[in-house]
Amino acid sequence: MQRAKYVLSEVMVGLWRNVTMTIAMIITMAVSLAMLGASGLMYLQVNSMKDFYYDQIEVAIFLNNDVTDQQRSALDAALHGDPLVAQVIYESKEQAHEKFKTMYADAPDLVNAVKPGQLPESFRVRLKNPEQFEQINEKYKNNEGVETIVDQQRLLDKIFNILGAVQNMALLAASVMAIAALLLVGNTIQVAAYSKRREVAVMKLVGASNWFIQAPFVLEAVVAGFIGSIIAFVALVLGKWFLLDGSLRDLTELLTPLGWSDVLLMLPLMAGAGAVVSAVTAWVTLRFYLRV
Amino acid sequence: MIQLEHVTKTYPKASRPSLDEVSCGIEKGEFVFFIGPSGSGKSTIIKLLLHEITPNQGRVVVNGRDVTSMRSWKIPHFRRSIGCVFQDFRLLPNRTAYENVAFALEVIGKTKAVARRVVPEVLELVGLGGKEHRYPHELSGGEQQRVAVARAFVNRPLILLADEPTGNLDPDTSIEIMRLLDRINRTGTTVVMVTHDSNIVNQMRRRVVEIESGRIVRDQARGVYG
Repeated sequence: MQRAKYVLSEVMVGLWRNVTMTIAMIITMAVSLAMLGASGLMYLQVNSMKDFYYDQIEVAIFLNNDVTDQQRSALDAALHGDPLVAQVIYESKEQAHEKFKTMYADAPDLVNAVKPGQLPESFRVRLKNPEQFEQINEKYKNNEGVETIVDQQRLLDKIFNILGAVQNMALLAASVMAIAALLLVGNTIQVAAYSKRREVAVMKLVGASNWFIQAPFVLEAVVAGFIGSIIAFVALVLGKWFLLDGSLRDLTELLTPLGWSDVLLMLPLMAGAGAVVSAVTAWVTLRFYLRV
Repeated sequence: MIQLEHVTKTYPKASRPSLDEVSCGIEKGEFVFFIGPSGSGKSTIIKLLLHEITPNQGRVVVNGRDVTSMRSWKIPHFRRSIGCVFQDFRLLPNRTAYENVAFALEVIGKTKAVARRVVPEVLELVGLGGKEHRYPHELSGGEQQRVAVARAFVNRPLILLADEPTGNLDPDTSIEIMRLLDRINRTGTTVVMVTHDSNIVNQMRRRVVEIESGRIVRDQARGVYG
């Protein structure tokens, strides 16, 4: 109890003694952790989008305008009997037009310009495994009456690729900032160890245990890392509030919504990463600067 | 109490060993001077006993424990049985005499209540009663060394090591510090003192071990500086 109090007061004194360095350490830590948290959120987002869209994703087999009933029913039978196919839905020209009208209800000019019968009829096919598009494509593209086969997953993959690239950039920025943060932690610990060298020498002399000598320094770094993670969390919350739910609203409605629970999940991740990384850095630094 | 067995210590990059095959035994309750010119290796003995350094060869046994092979995590606990005083006092300048002594207790886990009971007692013993709340810069050199002795003795160690404790003090003050060490020795504490102060050695008439170029050249009960 006594010793815990001593260690805590040493931590506070240590953080305050070198306050500019402490602030620099906390800021770099916060930026790095915010990047980490953002890329974590993006990872969750991409995953939930994949689950959501891959469930609905279809291969569209558009038919020629002059397709015969025979060709249509032959294709229908072939698709129904295909082991790769999970579900087949036929979409007539009229249905296609209806769908088009609701999809572009905001643009009446466009809707008026397209007459019923101009849009091709199609089979909407859901695959058992969305990855097997190529096999379906090979099998049916030369069938009589087939115009084109479109894999909607392709379109989605482009979006995922962009999200993945953004996520990688965030991770890269996080690791660069993390290096800066680590160097600052190391430097702060060195300065702290130097300014307390007399106390440390006496502690060693009278036989204070190693953990007792090192704990204030390590905790100093951990507290800074923890404060950094809280700032990073606040930044993520503000980011969701003002960007995703604010100015970028139109974009985010297109994607699956990002829940507050996901944002909250980032707090323990960032706090854990911040605290552990700072503690390890501080400890390693002390191994060099506080030889027993 | 203390056994050096064929101890050789060569510092890295040194051309000749600081201690060369030194063997020496010290009994419990003894008062021993290690004397010799600068660089003869006498301070190396103190460092070996504290396990600040390890010998290249030979064994160092303190208090029945082989220090040479001691695991590093056991060293702090081991040092609690040894008090240590230096030429430069090594007091914390921003703490009072009382706080300096209490610090040594607190960092090894003793409570403030224990410190309140023990510290005034030991400060009284070293003759600093009434000066508990002075800072080191408000004390004379001799008084500062008394604080250091109080700090070394407050845990009632079995061994007190003194590395030229009078090196920074005038002759009269030195004699007072020696009286204090003598009194501590009489409580049964083994005292090992490294010095080249011939006056003191001659006055005390205790066991003298003379070291020259890393070898023991004289070991004399009730010796003089020579």
